[in-house]
Amino acid sequence: MEHFFSLFVRSIFVDNMIFAFFLGMCSYLAVSKTVKTSLGLGIAVTFVLLITVPVDYLLQTVVLAENAVLEGVDLTFLSFILFIAVIAGMVQLVEMIVERFSPSLYAALGIFLPLIAVNCAIMGASLFMQQRINLEPASTQFIGGVGDSIAYALGSGIGWTLAIVCLAAIREKMAYSDVPRPLRGLGITFITVGLMAMAFMCFSGLKM
Amino acid sequence: MALFSKENRQAFTNPLNLDNPIAVQVLGICSALAVTSQLKPAIVMGLSVTVITAFSNVIISLIRKTIPNRIRIIIQLVVVAALVTIVSNILKAYVYDVSVQLSVYVGLIITNCILMGRLEAFAMQNGPWPSFLDGVGNGLGYAIVLIVVGFVRELLGFGTIFGFQVVPDSWLMDNGGLYLHNGMMTMPAMALILVACFIWAHRAYNKDIE
Repeated sequence: MEHFFSLFVRSIFVDNMIFAFFLGMCSYLAVSKTVKTSLGLGIAVTFVLLITVPVDYLLQTVVLAENAVLEGVDLTFLSFILFIAVIAGMVQLVEMIVERFSPSLYAALGIFLPLIAVNCAIMGASLFMQQRINLEPASTQFIGGVGDSIAYALGSGIGWTLAIVCLAAIREKMAYSDVPRPLRGLGITFITVGLMAMAFMCFSGLKM
Repeated sequence: MALFSKENRQAFTNPLNLDNPIAVQVLGICSALAVTSQLKPAIVMGLSVTVITAFSNVIISLIRKTIPNRIRIIIQLVVVAALVTIVSNILKAYVYDVSVQLSVYVGLIITNCILMGRLEAFAMQNGPWPSFLDGVGNGLGYAIVLIVVGFVRELLGFGTIFGFQVVPDSWLMDNGGLYLHNGMMTMPAMALILVACFIWAHRAYNKDIE
């Protein structure tokens, strides 16, 4: 239980997808213009993460790992193709479910829902999970079961949502400020994210 | 159709400057920031992305008329994932230390927006040869930004270039000098600010880009 909690908190603040690893940066910069849409995208990313990371965890341990299917066969080299197939399939599934049960959310997310398939944060979470299986169990980053992978996925998703909502709030205010012309738009957004990342570096001293 | 007609040359040269994937199209930022703390991984990453963009563009462009429109994203992803697997295994075989340094970011080339962006915007409409040039151009445009950022970060953060020491030991404060390595440069946050400076300079120079 303690391990779940520390993994969860750590993946929100210390190993934040955006500020520590720059994952999912493209949609992060493109969608963070208003708080409302960015919150919607954050929730969608968290939702997809919650499904794909545990599924990929099971794939990795039951199918791909060394000696898992056949004795002496290591299928890890197939992991990129399998993970991306799972992600693309799951995103399609989520899209159909959301369209069927919540048309208003579907309309609000629009094009961003299918684009989650190519969001680096989703693929990145699966690849980090694959690395963390090999850590020693004492480490707070260790993922040793489906429960751990769910805690990691939830934490990463919430961390991503937190980051995008914060940036959207700052950008809404920044629309009124006088920024040098060549720096307007993309440039100043990068600097804002850089300063936010510096602020988040304070959490790296967090001991759990 | 001439091999180096005007359109073909533009497909290659535009992404290097006026249509730069990072500074103008805002594609593929994730890996650009994460791998640039030193020059060597930055160059390896830039080259890998160039190779993968070029060849995935060619492959998709060759089969573009047979791909059903509804499932094109999945087909594109599978082609890219296969190429990335090959490149990742080549890196592991020949430059193992760099591939350890790059860790998950090699795998993340699959979800690099440059690839999907170019496949959707260019390879689906054009023949193999222009697509190849477009892929190489975009890959190199991406590599240029990586190299500039990697150069500054390695020089100021570690005092080395390509692992060779540039700042002499006698300058350092530990040895009675007046120089100190800027530890901030090795942190992720400074990569963002350096890319912002790059974009600033790029836009101040090319005034018509909005």
